[in-house]
Amino acid sequence: MRGNAAEHELVAPGSLPAVLDLIASAPGQWMPIAGGTELMVVFAAGRLSANKLVNLWGVEELRFIDSTHDELVIGAGTTFSDLRASAAVATDFPLLDRAAGWIGSIANQTRATLGGNLVNGSPAADSSPALLVYDAEIELISVRGKRRMPYREFHTGYKQNAMTADELLYAVHLPRRFAQHRQYLRKVGTRRAMAISKVALGATALIKNDLIDEIRVAAASLAPFPVRLVQTEAALAGKSASVDIIQAARESLLAEAQPIDDIRSNAQYRKVVGANLLEEFLRHLNREPEPR
Amino acid sequence: MSAPTATIQLNVNGDDKSVSVPPMKRLLDVLREDLQLTGTKEGCGEGECGSCSVRMNGELVNSCLVPILQADGASIETVEGLACDGVLHPLQQAFLHCGGAQCGICTPGMLMAAKQLLAHNPQPSLAEIREGLAGNLCRCTGFIRIFESVLSAAASGAEAGKQEMHAR
Repeated sequence: MRGNAAEHELVAPGSLPAVLDLIASAPGQWMPIAGGTELMVVFAAGRLSANKLVNLWGVEELRFIDSTHDELVIGAGTTFSDLRASAAVATDFPLLDRAAGWIGSIANQTRATLGGNLVNGSPAADSSPALLVYDAEIELISVRGKRRMPYREFHTGYKQNAMTADELLYAVHLPRRFAQHRQYLRKVGTRRAMAISKVALGATALIKNDLIDEIRVAAASLAPFPVRLVQTEAALAGKSASVDIIQAARESLLAEAQPIDDIRSNAQYRKVVGANLLEEFLRHLNREPEPR
Repeated sequence: MSAPTATIQLNVNGDDKSVSVPPMKRLLDVLREDLQLTGTKEGCGEGECGSCSVRMNGELVNSCLVPILQADGASIETVEGLACDGVLHPLQQAFLHCGGAQCGICTPGMLMAAKQLLAHNPQPSLAEIREGLAGNLCRCTGFIRIFESVLSAAASGAEAGKQEMHAR
């Protein structure tokens, strides 16, 4: 059963305030659509339940990358092509730059937005592990104003998030404090291009006097939504940055991960590969950060 | 329920067009059904195969994923706009010369993705061609001949075709 365009209303109020007014007038009734790389697939398959859509593509107030002394602020309507073209992203947040290059193809990156990737909430979302290990904050907006929350609290369940029915995702804030951190991100999929992750793992760690002073580990497809692996982090924090910690780290990840069997992979494979990726990161902890 | 139609203005291959269609109608379907430009093909219909690739405001898009309302006022380039006055675009000539097309279903998308690549990178390496065409799947010709076609077009200065089209 294919989607029928005549059964779905799509309006373009234009400015961000006009979009927010419309959404507030009937909370939960208007489905926002930006680059369409997710919703148009659902629509074409005849599975789009929303019959009222409001256009975000071209709403310029949502498409920006602002650089301040303390942080990088990325508008939710920023595309992955925009991220790849940003010198500030490449310099200060190289894991996000790399993840942006993994998403689909050039034609997908041209249209897919950072906000769409997060709000869609796939457990396999490509941008999520990088944002989690960079301690990203999420800024939400509605006619009532703006509010911020840690990104790690944004996803609350499979395709569930902390937004209320009248809110839009406005921006992602990234603190600029990772220049001295070891940084790692690797995605494992069926092939290099156009593949949805079987599993992906990101990590940042600050080493002081050969000890792990601070560590973040985050994963895609190891839980119902993108998560920080906080128990694994706790098992590693304060420990010696040596190969001696690898076995305990693997055991912690295997105990903490909650992957599923699905069409792309199975739970056992995801767990083992997740542990292998963590080991790969830990084996490189004693190397100096690569010059960027 | 039937949603109201919208009047959409487009420039397609240099010609101004106006269509009245449901705003969620896909750009792909408007091109093929309303403008009779059937060079653009539908493959997977979910943004994975690239058969429906066109350029929109100078950027490569999968036309199956663009609701037509988002293309209002846009400049669209399709495969039909490549040849000029019966003379093939250098990319088309290279695909012919190198055997870069067999069944032809992927070819319009391959050509548009290659045009996008050469517009930004007139002399791409093989690795850059592989990345530029990574979203375009071929299941019969084989990718090697397609990559050779793009390399050949780059060597012959396919960028000349861009100026021809913009001059129309």
